[in-house]
Amino acid sequence: MAYRAHVIISGTPEQAQEVKAALMGKLDTLGLNEEIEVREATGLTPRSVTMASRGVEAVVYPEVVHYAGLTPAAAELIAEEHLLKGRPVQDLFFEEHPAEPLDAPSAKEVRVVLRNVGTINPESIDDYIAEDGYAALGKALTEMTPAEVLEVLKTSGLRGRGGAGFPTWLKWSFARAAVSDEKYVVCNGDEGDPGAFMNRRVLEGDPHAVIEGMAIAAYVVGAQEGYFYVRAEYPIAIRTLRLAIEQARDYGLLGKNIFGTDFSFDLEVRMGAGAFVCGEETALMQSIEGKRGQPRTRPPFPATSGLWGKPTNINNVETYANVPQILLQGGEWFASMGTEKSKGTKTFAIAGKVKRTGLIEVPLGITVREIVYDVGGGVLDSRPFKAVQTGGPLGGCIPEKHLDLPVDYESLASVGSAMGSGGFIVMDDLTCMVDMARFFMEFAQEESCGKCVPCRVGTRQMLEILESICAGTGKPGDIEALEKLGASVTQGSLCGLGQGAPNPVLSMILNFRNEYERHIYDHKCDAKVCRALIEFTIDPPTCIGCTRCARNCPVDAIAGKAREAHVIDPEICIRCGICAEVCPVDAVFVE
Amino acid sequence: MNVATEKVSSELLELVPEEKLALDRILAENRDRPGATMVVLTLTQEQVGYVSPAAQRYISQELDVPLSHIYGVLTFYSFFRTSPIGRHKVSICMGTACYVRGGPTLVEKYQQVLGVKLDETTEDNRFTLEVCRCVGACSQAPVVMIDDDIIGRVPLQDVAKTLRGYE
Repeated sequence: MAYRAHVIISGTPEQAQEVKAALMGKLDTLGLNEEIEVREATGLTPRSVTMASRGVEAVVYPEVVHYAGLTPAAAELIAEEHLLKGRPVQDLFFEEHPAEPLDAPSAKEVRVVLRNVGTINPESIDDYIAEDGYAALGKALTEMTPAEVLEVLKTSGLRGRGGAGFPTWLKWSFARAAVSDEKYVVCNGDEGDPGAFMNRRVLEGDPHAVIEGMAIAAYVVGAQEGYFYVRAEYPIAIRTLRLAIEQARDYGLLGKNIFGTDFSFDLEVRMGAGAFVCGEETALMQSIEGKRGQPRTRPPFPATSGLWGKPTNINNVETYANVPQILLQGGEWFASMGTEKSKGTKTFAIAGKVKRTGLIEVPLGITVREIVYDVGGGVLDSRPFKAVQTGGPLGGCIPEKHLDLPVDYESLASVGSAMGSGGFIVMDDLTCMVDMARFFMEFAQEESCGKCVPCRVGTRQMLEILESICAGTGKPGDIEALEKLGASVTQGSLCGLGQGAPNPVLSMILNFRNEYERHIYDHKCDAKVCRALIEFTIDPPTCIGCTRCARNCPVDAIAGKAREAHVIDPEICIRCGICAEVCPVDAVFVE
Repeated sequence: MNVATEKVSSELLELVPEEKLALDRILAENRDRPGATMVVLTLTQEQVGYVSPAAQRYISQELDVPLSHIYGVLTFYSFFRTSPIGRHKVSICMGTACYVRGGPTLVEKYQQVLGVKLDETTEDNRFTLEVCRCVGACSQAPVVMIDDDIIGRVPLQDVAKTLRGYE
């Protein structure tokens, strides 16, 4: 069925539903329902995410007219004026950046993994097939031997996108070489790094690309069954994926004798249950087997003894999603992007104190500065840049002096950070590096599975030291103790979690040692974050006595009559900062 | 994650009829899957809302897996609960982006508005307040998840208003 126009609606589910119903009702009355397709954007769109202030949005294609703040009545008006009479309703246009559609990738971006995300309907396999979907699988099965596929991957230089950066072709060739009548392929969709949501978008926006990549992997290594392991926090991704698998089965793209060959392969989705350590491959497989997700020693590697003791190939969502495009466009094409050792593109989730947050895909080798300023639009409120945290809670920070560092596996590691899965958190001068380290350590300590003593006990010891520094009770020698403990935890732990847990602290000490010393010796938190080291006061001349701070104070620490200056009692104040947040005239100061 | 601290009330020691019905259905569909323990437990959590001590015992018998193993799995993963929660779950995201953008302040505010501390349920059983790890909506930080709704960038003074939509 061909349509003359498409309307894509997004917003909070209930409101979007109302607008959609009104629009479709009107189109029906106007007799346009067979000419115009109305769709709801699924999940979150990559760049713009619906914010309450903009309400329900709609984009009309092919002319790309962006409407915002829609009500059911407005939708009916659009149907009548724009869709019937061809006169776009200017009063309802989205005005903030009229020249730039929100989903448009910035000039520095190159989309391979995200090429279909936000543009095709993830719930329609036909949409994916229309974008050359499953052509790569067909090509592999009917025209190429597994060895030839490996050769293309080797030329492409694709490396694991989960963070470790192991060459994908090599990993596949190990699993291929293993002798067994049963083999498995597993997709690691347990994207647990706080601040990272790249895989979520791919799974929700283009699930078939990942399925296709896995099927190709299965063909190469000789597996018949595959498992998708997706974290429970991503219900939409799980639903989308299950639907996609069913559709692929209906089309004969999963199941027996795919493309009329003797290759058979099927997939099952398994849900994670909220354990960060399950992102580690051996722990993940324990979890699929129905056990506590504790890592085990390697070797044996999963390629020889993985799921249920059988040879298993395990890759990350993004790695698999790259594979179909590499087979279609060639290894040389992929290798033409990136640096000498890090080829292709990488998705990053930019978040934190940056103007344009969201998901991006850039060629590897781009500098940190380009990502922060050109793609991200610079630091929020134009404050000074302090650092970027990459690699999540097991990565490290990149300070200002390394802003021109190329983003690739080796360069990031050389300054004590890590590529990780693609979290990219920008921090400004109002971010305290001790508090940040404490936050990451708290995460690692809570998520430590408890198997290795250095990780289980060491992270707790390190957390306690960091907590005391934040509380203003840090002692001389604490920094050195953190460094020493960090080294032992890294050395004495079995898996990536334990080995990486000290990284944020160590890299922050390396780059911001002075901030740690200020906390310990001067009892000052210059970023004004550590509560024990700051005090809130109200500037009497600025205060207009609106009582908003007093009404919002959780502990009633603020006294004052209406229209008179208010006063904060430092003895009662818990330094939560709500008063500063709600003050309409910025009369609350932090010392 | 520690579920052991949750109180076990005596009524949770016996299966209620709806619970048994749900468990029997889940078990019938999944008992022969490889690695069935996790599948059955996650489905129980999803459909019943918690895995009661009675359910644990029942699943252990039906799957022929030691109760200690079931309990081990339940306490390992933060997704599981062993007692019921309020009608609506308010989870404040404490992922890195939300933390940097004011997650902790949001926790204070919700505690104040709801009158409960973290991991507690309001007396009318309407809300359970908790923090969660990154929900992957970092561009809207700070984020609160109420049931399955993701609510981003809520001004502090609007917190009470937001909650009104959930009875």
